[in-house]
Amino acid sequence: MRKKVIFRGVTLPYLLLAPQLLITLVFFFWPAGMAVWQSTLREDAFGLSTEFVAFENFTDLFRDPIYLNAAWNTVVFSSAVTALALGSALFLAVQADKHIRGARVYKTLLIWPYAVAPALAAVLWLFIFHPSIGLVGKALAVIGVEWDFRLNGGQAMTMVIIAAAWKQVSYNFIFFLAGLQSIPTSVLEAAAIDGARPIRRFWTVIFPLLSPTAFFLLVVNLVYAFFDTFGVIHALTRGGPGNATETLIYKVYVDGVQNLNFGSSAAQSVILMVIVIGLTAVQFRFIERRVHY
Amino acid sequence: MASLDIQGVTKSFGTTKVLHGIDLAIHDGEMVVIVGASGCGKSTLLRIVAGLETATSGAVLIDKVDVTPLEPADRDIAMVFQTYALYPHMSVFDNMAYGLKIRRLPKAEIAARVKEAADLLSIGQLLERKPRQLSGGQRQRVAMGRAIVRHPKLFLFDEPLSNLDAKLRVQMRAEIRRLQKRLRVTSLFVTHDQVEAMTLGDRLVVMHEGRAAQIGTPMEVWARPADTYVASFIGSPAMNFLPATLTEGGHAARLAGGALWRFTDGARPGREGAAITIGIRPEHLMPDAAEGLPVTLELAEPLGSETVLHAHLADGTPITARVPGAAAADTLSLAPDLAALHVFDAATGKRIDPA
Amino acid sequence: MSATIDVQRLAAASRRRRARERVMTHAALILGVMIFALPIWITLIGSTHDTDTIGRGDVPLLPGSEAFNNYARAWSEGGGGRNTFSVPASTMLLNSLTMALIIAGGKIAISLLSAFAVVFFAFPFRMFFFWMIFITLMLPVEVRIIPTFQVMTDLALINTMTGLTLPLIASATATLLFRQFFLTIPDEYVEAAKVDGAGPMRFFKDVVLPLSVTSMAALFVIQFIYGWNQYLWPLLMVSDRDLETVIVGLTKMIGIGDAQNEWNLIMTTAVFALLPPVLVVVLMQRWFIKGLTETEK
Repeated sequence: MRKKVIFRGVTLPYLLLAPQLLITLVFFFWPAGMAVWQSTLREDAFGLSTEFVAFENFTDLFRDPIYLNAAWNTVVFSSAVTALALGSALFLAVQADKHIRGARVYKTLLIWPYAVAPALAAVLWLFIFHPSIGLVGKALAVIGVEWDFRLNGGQAMTMVIIAAAWKQVSYNFIFFLAGLQSIPTSVLEAAAIDGARPIRRFWTVIFPLLSPTAFFLLVVNLVYAFFDTFGVIHALTRGGPGNATETLIYKVYVDGVQNLNFGSSAAQSVILMVIVIGLTAVQFRFIERRVHY
Repeated sequence: MASLDIQGVTKSFGTTKVLHGIDLAIHDGEMVVIVGASGCGKSTLLRIVAGLETATSGAVLIDKVDVTPLEPADRDIAMVFQTYALYPHMSVFDNMAYGLKIRRLPKAEIAARVKEAADLLSIGQLLERKPRQLSGGQRQRVAMGRAIVRHPKLFLFDEPLSNLDAKLRVQMRAEIRRLQKRLRVTSLFVTHDQVEAMTLGDRLVVMHEGRAAQIGTPMEVWARPADTYVASFIGSPAMNFLPATLTEGGHAARLAGGALWRFTDGARPGREGAAITIGIRPEHLMPDAAEGLPVTLELAEPLGSETVLHAHLADGTPITARVPGAAAADTLSLAPDLAALHVFDAATGKRIDPA
Repeated sequence: MSATIDVQRLAAASRRRRARERVMTHAALILGVMIFALPIWITLIGSTHDTDTIGRGDVPLLPGSEAFNNYARAWSEGGGGRNTFSVPASTMLLNSLTMALIIAGGKIAISLLSAFAVVFFAFPFRMFFFWMIFITLMLPVEVRIIPTFQVMTDLALINTMTGLTLPLIASATATLLFRQFFLTIPDEYVEAAKVDGAGPMRFFKDVVLPLSVTSMAALFVIQFIYGWNQYLWPLLMVSDRDLETVIVGLTKMIGIGDAQNEWNLIMTTAVFALLPPVLVVVLMQRWFIKGLTETEK
């Protein structure tokens, strides 16, 4: 946890810490505190007067069908993105971990999408799924599917899920590959000698040994799907059509920036903070436990 | 239980040839130890027998059946790894039962076999634990147990004792030998430790740079090493080598310092004056003021019942002797037991036996 | 002999299995690579055609002849169809580059200092401050949009490069990584420095910094991409189009995805937006993977 041998001095370490702490205080703790405070206030329609309403913003939210719809969208979106991104990354990592020709080239070609911004990923997939200029969009029209994600909520959701998951596969791939490479070769050889064929070897030996990595990634992917995908939705659907792709994070933005409903937006922020804190706590409890492996 | 035949096995990694054609026949129930310095190809050979590596050429026969094209799973073998390679997420019981479950043995049979092996290794009380909760020696036993329950045709050991501390190593060594004799399973054991090799094997294969330098019983290898490499590798402290020439019609060696040592077991073939190397083990040198070679003592290591003397001859050739009791003065004379001389060709290092 | 037949059957089966597995593996990987590459291919091709070809919905699969025109126009004029105000890609790229470099450099600098303080000194409330930095992990910009915006307004940082970068420079991940790394520096080094009479800053400059070069390189890759890919923050902070970053600018070019857009120029700009971070990842692959797997674990 700390070193036995250290330098003396009190002023110097505070000076060293100052820049980080200052930014943290001004741009993290102060706004977070303000969000908590604002979540208990309500402004009138013209922004002239403010009154203290305690938890009313929260209770209103849980009665608001649009908010509940956003919560449901978030559940659908996050679980689909996480499942898709984790599943395909694990599959690809297992393939790329085999001793085959060109393994290194494959790896490079599979990790670069990490560098693509979520919003940019959305734009790239727009080029493909656009109903009048996109390759797949037009092909779907040809085979008789009425494809227009600007009108059809289900199709819009499918598109944001694909774009968001596509971008995240590389990240998961890198971690699964590192996890696979940390399994001792001799354990796999022991399983081969014990008679386990590749598929059985995967499910009875490799997968259980990867489960710490998988769990870690599960949390990271949920956090990603909750927060980092704002750009995907903003670039592709703006939460529409209707509210079909409006997630919790997108609604914070809409209510705060467009509708200027600060009290409600702040309350929504506080709810999201609780979710992040919950996810991070789960993750750290787990990391402590898995040290023993 | 089965025989194992290794026929002309070679292995190259790219352009590097690590095995230059190994031939070895192991009888049913025999334990053969492959010993050699690191990088001699011994582990590669074992892994080829296991099917974990593919030989570049040659064949592996188990029970006279060519298994070269088969995968490890189909060879009916069990292996104990240097790192034990226990499944970290499974209990001791599951570790041992895994191979049997895959082979779809009935539950009762699996339980019985695991219990039998666990009793044999006295790890019955550990069956519910995970590998990380075990000590090194216990893990070693579980790894053994995992091999035993399978009732395989062949046991393969890849330096299984090298991760244990010295005391435990001696204890497990004896235990492995005892178990192997009792179960009578044909075994191939790889080690770099010559003491382990001498004590464990019915026969030894001394490997050197991808070749089998000598194959024989421990006593044969010790008493009649095939070349200077084997001679120096087996035995501790290592054999002394003294440059000499063949003389008196092959009946004696003239040492570089002038002394004449007569062979007691007959004449060596070769022309008069041929360059040879005389090998003499430290335990076959005795202090002898009258007949011995004068040496200068550098260091005496008292071991209690005996003393190891590190010295050099007048021309600087180092020489080591193991003598009973405590050591004496700075200069002394050492005489060989002439019946225990080894003669090697100075150029090739090969042993020269009486014609 | 029955055993012999058995061996032949097993050997044939395992040969078949291996061959099948090899083919399947390559097929799966090639498919994966293609799914990753498809959107890029379409975009690259699109950026070499004229507006009408794409607007008609012809979806070309092979390069056209307009590449030079498109890239030159996007670079110096920008585009976006009926968008009345277009920003040249060169401006946006410069903004993105400046932003990414300041964020990556700033994060590394202040995290090095704070990790050094936390590891090599004992002072009151050391762990309190450490946890304070650590806890910012749980407060991403996205959950405090409005209040942060208000703070920025109060500090008059809206529409400035400082406002765009400064709040993003605090970094719990980088501090954690450096702390982790500093803990592995043997105590003897500190003792030797003390014996040699070197003060803490001298030790920092002569020992800690040189040892941290690899970690810094790894972090640089990750944080450069983090900075380049910022979306919500510039969207909120910047309305002055001279400060537009390329990712936000690109989505503004698309607007509501109208077919009348100058798609060829949009695709060209997408290629511009894509190239720098992808190059950084591909060229610095080893450091990047090391940095990623070590920061997050």
